[in-house]
Amino acid sequence: MVDEVTKKTLASIPLLKTKAGPREKTEWPERLKEEYCALIKYVENNKQADNDWFRLESNSDGTKWWGKCWYIHELIKYEFNVEFDIPVTYPTTPPEIALPELDGKTAKMYRGGKICMTDHFKPLWARNVGKFGIAHAMALGLGPWLAVEIPDLISKGIITKTENAGTSQNA
Amino acid sequence: MSEPTIAELKEQIRKFELQLEQEKLKNARQREKITKMSSEVVDSNPYSRLMALKRMGIVENYENIRNFTVAVVGVGGVGSVTAEMLTRCGIGKLILFDYDKVELANMNRLFYQPHQAGLSKVEAAKLTLQHINPDVEIEVYNYNITTVDNFDHFMNVLTTRSLVDGPVELTLCCVDNFEARMTACNELNLNWFESGVSENAVSGHIQFIKPGETSCFECAPPLIVASNIDEKTLKRDGVCAASLPTTMGIVAGFLVQNALKYLLNFGQVTRYLGYNAMLDYFPTMSLKPNENCSDSFCVKRQKEFRILEEQRLRDYVEKVEQVVEENLHPENEFEIELCDEGEDMPDLNKSDKNKDSGVKFAYLSPNEIQNDDKTNDEKSPEISSVPLEDLMSKLKNL
Repeated sequence: MVDEVTKKTLASIPLLKTKAGPREKTEWPERLKEEYCALIKYVENNKQADNDWFRLESNSDGTKWWGKCWYIHELIKYEFNVEFDIPVTYPTTPPEIALPELDGKTAKMYRGGKICMTDHFKPLWARNVGKFGIAHAMALGLGPWLAVEIPDLISKGIITKTENAGTSQNA
Repeated sequence: MSEPTIAELKEQIRKFELQLEQEKLKNARQREKITKMSSEVVDSNPYSRLMALKRMGIVENYENIRNFTVAVVGVGGVGSVTAEMLTRCGIGKLILFDYDKVELANMNRLFYQPHQAGLSKVEAAKLTLQHINPDVEIEVYNYNITTVDNFDHFMNVLTTRSLVDGPVELTLCCVDNFEARMTACNELNLNWFESGVSENAVSGHIQFIKPGETSCFECAPPLIVASNIDEKTLKRDGVCAASLPTTMGIVAGFLVQNALKYLLNFGQVTRYLGYNAMLDYFPTMSLKPNENCSDSFCVKRQKEFRILEEQRLRDYVEKVEQVVEENLHPENEFEIELCDEGEDMPDLNKSDKNKDSGVKFAYLSPNEIQNDDKTNDEKSPEISSVPLEDLMSKLKNL
């Protein structure tokens, strides 16, 4: 159900052990540490595979996340802001990852630039509730979305390199 | 500047007329509040047709509706129509939650008007609803209920903001995403209706949830069967979600109909009612809660319900036995006796695991897997000992 490359990427991201959401005051800090460890491992793996494609950081209680993600198309780097909240229903439901700059530019999005993940990602998440974390949401949710949507948006002229150049230069 | 042409002037007049119409609407004189619902049949009585339900023998005490508070979570395609129906029925108080704004893209659905574009949905709804029926008290909250900051406030509103400062009588969930489908009601032990319309706009459902007694939304999460997923399949033509005013109106109608039956105690309240527009198929069923539900509050409510139900059945059996002994054969001339065949109590703990029904699980529930994991490998001690700040700066500086 998932292609081989993704399977390999997935296998190298540590699974999480503590199933707890931000309202579970005693267990959430432990979960948050696991989230960070998984993200660190994933970013390190990406760097080693020469496929570094995002950075994330959070507020101190780990309920709000933001950062950058980028996608290279025909040797040009396109960069976007990423943001999401950890919902109270997490980790039963995944975070709704948003790319606010692209809001209104593609139909595969909900209000506020939340990317559409219903078909390709939610079933995977549902089967792994508790064990999947933010790193998995990036790898299986946002990654494939960018791979499909960005080339399409570029080909339609909706994203142009000049418009995006300001952010990509200093990255 | 040249003189405007006749056509231009006509166009201008049309615009002014439209504007005037809108202004008129804004300043239209509202009727006075009505303190007591009357059943008098006169053209000026907004409640005469509703109070007629009493005369027809459908509802015993229609005016009770003014004592009830209903919370509507999400006032989009289904929620806004739901709120309008309840307003027209003269509900006591409505509490509306939504964080979205009215957009022109919403105009394929009912309720909102083009001139409201840009307003928050709850504010726009409040204006319209108050105009329709000034007797209804309307309270609105313009925020996202799923964020940590807002969730506690949301729960507090549900438990304290009824007309008598207690919990709301009923909550109607009309949101369009899985995230917001609430587990709050399990935690607060409040009855609620869940409603939904499919993303392809041709099916929908409503479901009545009594925490512990009927299946909650978490008990049977919707699972799209994902197989052979390929990145290309992601490319769907058009938009993520389609919508039709018809399907949404029908689902809102089902929802409010059953809310009225529940509140005013008439007819039979559905446990689940589905609608398949393609085949005009309306499946209805009753769903038991899932013992392995991943929502711990659901499992807790299930235990509480089992105890209550067991007690209820015991009392009932006792009562029936007594009645039978006393009344069935007052004169027992042949002195027939019934001998005790042992416990005849229903076995409520009997495990009902779909044994030979041909139904089996597609995958192990995450709960069970997690239990297995816990025994195999304990949490790595390295993680627990590292302070969060170190991890945060490490990720930032990668």
